[in-house]
Amino acid sequence: MNFILKMAWRDSRASRRRLFLYSLSVVLGIAALVSIGSFSANVRQAIQAEAKGLLGADLFVTAPAPLGAPVTDYLGSLGGEVSREQMFSSMMTFPEANRLRLVQVHAVEGGFPFYGAFETDPAGAPGRLRAGGNVVILEPTLLAQFGLRVGDRVKLGTTLFTVIGAVRKVPGESPGVAMMAPRAYIPMASLAATGLAGREALARYRAMVRLPAGRDPDGVIREMKERFPAIRLSFETVEERKRNLGRALANLDGFLSLVGFVALVLGGIGVSSALHAYVREKIATVAVLRCLGASARQSFAVYMAQGLALGLAGACAGGALGVAVQKGLPALVRGMLPISVDFFVSWPALLRGTGAGVVICLLFSLLPLLSVRRIPPLAALRSAVAERVGMAPDPWRLAIIASIAAAIAGFAVWQTGKISVGLGFAGMLGLGFGVLLGLAHAVAWAARRFVPRGLPYVVRQGFANLHRPNNRTVLLLLSLGLGTFLVLTLFLVRTTLLREIQGSGAAGRPNLIFFDIQDDQIDPMERVASAAGSPVVERAPIVTMRIGSVRGVTVEKLLANKGAGLPDWTLRREYRSTFRGRLSSTEKVVEGAFVGRADPGAGPVPVSVEEGLAREMHLHIGDEIDWDVQGLPVRSRVGSIRAVEWRRMEPNFFVVFPEGVLEGAPKTYVAALITASPADSARVQRAVVDQFPNVTAIDLGLVVETLDGIFSKVAFAVQFMALFTVATGLVVLAGAVLTGRHQRIRETVLLRTLGATRRQVALIQLVEYAVLGMQAAVVGGLLAVAGNALLARFVFHIPATASIGQVAAAVAGVAVLTVATGFIAGRGVVDHPPLEILRQET
Amino acid sequence: MSIQAMLRVERLTKTYGTAAGPLTVLHEASFELEAGASMAIVGPSGSGKTTLLGLCAGLDRATGGSIDLAGERLDSLDEDERARVRNESVGFVFQNFQLIPTLTALENVLVPLELRGERGCEPQGRELLERVGLAARADHYPVQLSGGEQQRIALARAFINRPKILFCDEPTGNLDGDTAGSMVELIFGLNRERGTTLVLVTHNFELAGRCQRILRLRNGAVASDERTPGAA
Repeated sequence: MNFILKMAWRDSRASRRRLFLYSLSVVLGIAALVSIGSFSANVRQAIQAEAKGLLGADLFVTAPAPLGAPVTDYLGSLGGEVSREQMFSSMMTFPEANRLRLVQVHAVEGGFPFYGAFETDPAGAPGRLRAGGNVVILEPTLLAQFGLRVGDRVKLGTTLFTVIGAVRKVPGESPGVAMMAPRAYIPMASLAATGLAGREALARYRAMVRLPAGRDPDGVIREMKERFPAIRLSFETVEERKRNLGRALANLDGFLSLVGFVALVLGGIGVSSALHAYVREKIATVAVLRCLGASARQSFAVYMAQGLALGLAGACAGGALGVAVQKGLPALVRGMLPISVDFFVSWPALLRGTGAGVVICLLFSLLPLLSVRRIPPLAALRSAVAERVGMAPDPWRLAIIASIAAAIAGFAVWQTGKISVGLGFAGMLGLGFGVLLGLAHAVAWAARRFVPRGLPYVVRQGFANLHRPNNRTVLLLLSLGLGTFLVLTLFLVRTTLLREIQGSGAAGRPNLIFFDIQDDQIDPMERVASAAGSPVVERAPIVTMRIGSVRGVTVEKLLANKGAGLPDWTLRREYRSTFRGRLSSTEKVVEGAFVGRADPGAGPVPVSVEEGLAREMHLHIGDEIDWDVQGLPVRSRVGSIRAVEWRRMEPNFFVVFPEGVLEGAPKTYVAALITASPADSARVQRAVVDQFPNVTAIDLGLVVETLDGIFSKVAFAVQFMALFTVATGLVVLAGAVLTGRHQRIRETVLLRTLGATRRQVALIQLVEYAVLGMQAAVVGGLLAVAGNALLARFVFHIPATASIGQVAAAVAGVAVLTVATGFIAGRGVVDHPPLEILRQET
Repeated sequence: MSIQAMLRVERLTKTYGTAAGPLTVLHEASFELEAGASMAIVGPSGSGKTTLLGLCAGLDRATGGSIDLAGERLDSLDEDERARVRNESVGFVFQNFQLIPTLTALENVLVPLELRGERGCEPQGRELLERVGLAARADHYPVQLSGGEQQRIALARAFINRPKILFCDEPTGNLDGDTAGSMVELIFGLNRERGTTLVLVTHNFELAGRCQRILRLRNGAVASDERTPGAA
């Protein structure tokens, strides 16, 4: 043991700088993993906090009647904090404009929101609201519509309220609430004076609860359902809000896992290819040791010790660098980050990163080091023997490859938290490895067989480098190709995710919606909107209706029969359905076929039902529903079931009828517009509402802004993390080419000694690197396109996006980078006089 | 094997498989060398000299025949056991010195002892360096030494484990006349002092002539085995 450590230490002396270079990929891989893990933990926590801000509390408990003492006492006993809110619709009078408007009154009490902020303009308004008095915070659309300012008065019931601000963002409010009617926030204590208490229309009572640390909201919900089975309570948690927000957060998690995985595998590849070159240089030393009596195990142990030290040092340096990057991040990204992230070192991430790094590094170093065992002492006498080292089949090699595969698969499963996804990652990597290995052998074979003898010497020599003994074709194609494959896959996945995110929340979508437009108002209203500079981009007729019977059973019977399992709300509600001849951009048929036109006399009308409603009502294709369309019975059958992206703030419907049936029914319209700025929005609103006072306008700008904020935070995190791994990939690329430098020294020097000019030597290198770089880049690029498609389909469940231009640019970039790095690496050799290098090499 | 024999080779054959069919580079070579004796193996290039030396030293496995070295039957040992025999009984001097470039002169000399796990062996190393006239270069790396100096370090390394038999492959092949002369004196001097058996491969007839026996190879077979009159 003593000898092994001593020898490993002494032998490393001359190569420590080189070993450091070799370890750089591990250092960066682990640094990326640690900082990604840590940053990802930070971002997740920030997003978690932000998600809590979506609700503003840990739990909402809502009921159609006052919550009552048992419930409020129970909530109080949880040890957290409880706020109360009462919501109802009421008309508000705007004395100065002499106008009336239906508003959604929110009478609030307590410290809500507990997470996130009640944002208003001016900022101090929530404090004044909590202080009590006859004050009100209004929807900005109301202020815009009636030209109100802070300090103006509005009347609710019999009481005058002073406007103290406009709502910007309230945690816990879903956009749908604002769509129903503009909001007005008043102190709960002022409610009694209005004379409205007890006479509210459609009132809802809510408790917003902040739970003590460690208390699980779902546990509280279970307990409340058991304790108060008779009270009709509905619950909402942060998790539920997050689910509703869409898959964006889940996708971010998946993507970050992928980034960490790629960083580490790249580090492993870097170490493996570097050590491969290192071991080849050590053949003579090992042969001498064997001659002097070292056993195969001892010689292997000497270099294994170096590999292990490399891994440990790399892990420590990588961990430290990761922490440093993590520590330095706030300074680097302050101002760039649209999210307030608390930067802290995540110890689990640090341990996980360094631990996984050491294991992967060890396994990847074992592969090249195995051949040390096979270096015969005879290699000291005959150099030809040294050439054959590592060529014989070795069962241990298979065992190590199997261990690497298992470790990668295990790590992938660990990172992604899903067996199928983890195995998918590992499988994709295995496939890439197999394709590149096959390609490498094909290239070497083709270089031997098909290079015409008539080509200039330097070109033939360059191609010959691809197949001659000790060639680096397999090594470089594998490391460059896998590097390109992994980094480009990340890049493409990033684009795919960003497109998806931008598609669901950002600009280019309608941001102003007018409701309650009467049949005869829709055309003039469109003209007014166009004249005001914002034409209507989408309009939809709305016909209100109720369900009469489902599958032949009347609503009354269904309501009486609780065993039917149909939720009351689906049966009692007033449906605001539309009719049109096509699907909108937010819809997709998941079952059956959408029918755009129907003849009312030709049997039940084929309607399209939203999938969530279909699930709740256990509806299947062909099921009949009888509708009561304002007194007229209409029989329909489920013709198709649609998935609707409710996230997109456009007029969406539970039930869509075909054209040709409801045209004659009393209907109103909803119209969607795109406005360029809040000022534009206010101008259009004033223009429309002035002419059509009954029309209600909802400015989705703020709603979209809120969602957009969240999505751009996600997008930023995605971009930032991908950048890290691209940097690691570049280091691996440089490392893979640089490690070849030492192998090429002797033959380059010999060529120079025999009279080759620097230009000739450079050209030989150019041909070799260009062939390898292009092959690796093209195949890596193709693999990445396939990888992106598979990941998008099976992991992220979104359509894949891959622009040919992007892929081509990346492929060209890798090829150019390979050649450039090859040149830079070879420059030192070409610049030195041959004699000097020959002396160094003996 | 006679009681005194240090090395006994019987019908030793080495065949390599090549694309053109099997190639026999050594064909049924037999000889015996008593302890403390010296023998030169000579012959034209490609006659099998280095192959025979490598087999005798346990660096490679023979295709046929047997080798007894210092009382051990080499062909029945596996590679690690042969490594042990090399470490305990064999010293090497190579034509191209084969010092480990990353170790200093002293460290190179000490490798065989350290491999055995021996401690405190530095004085022995320094003594041998003194003996080969390079005490002052103990901390130099091979690249800082001339060819002759490197070969003397290699000789010191070969003797550090008090080998029973020393194998030299063209020990003066890379040295100029004067340096080669002093190297030869060192080899034979140490050989005498320590009673080591010596086997050397050489093209140099003057050097061969200093050995007690000369084994001539031709086309992989022993052509003659003679005692020299003026052995050193």
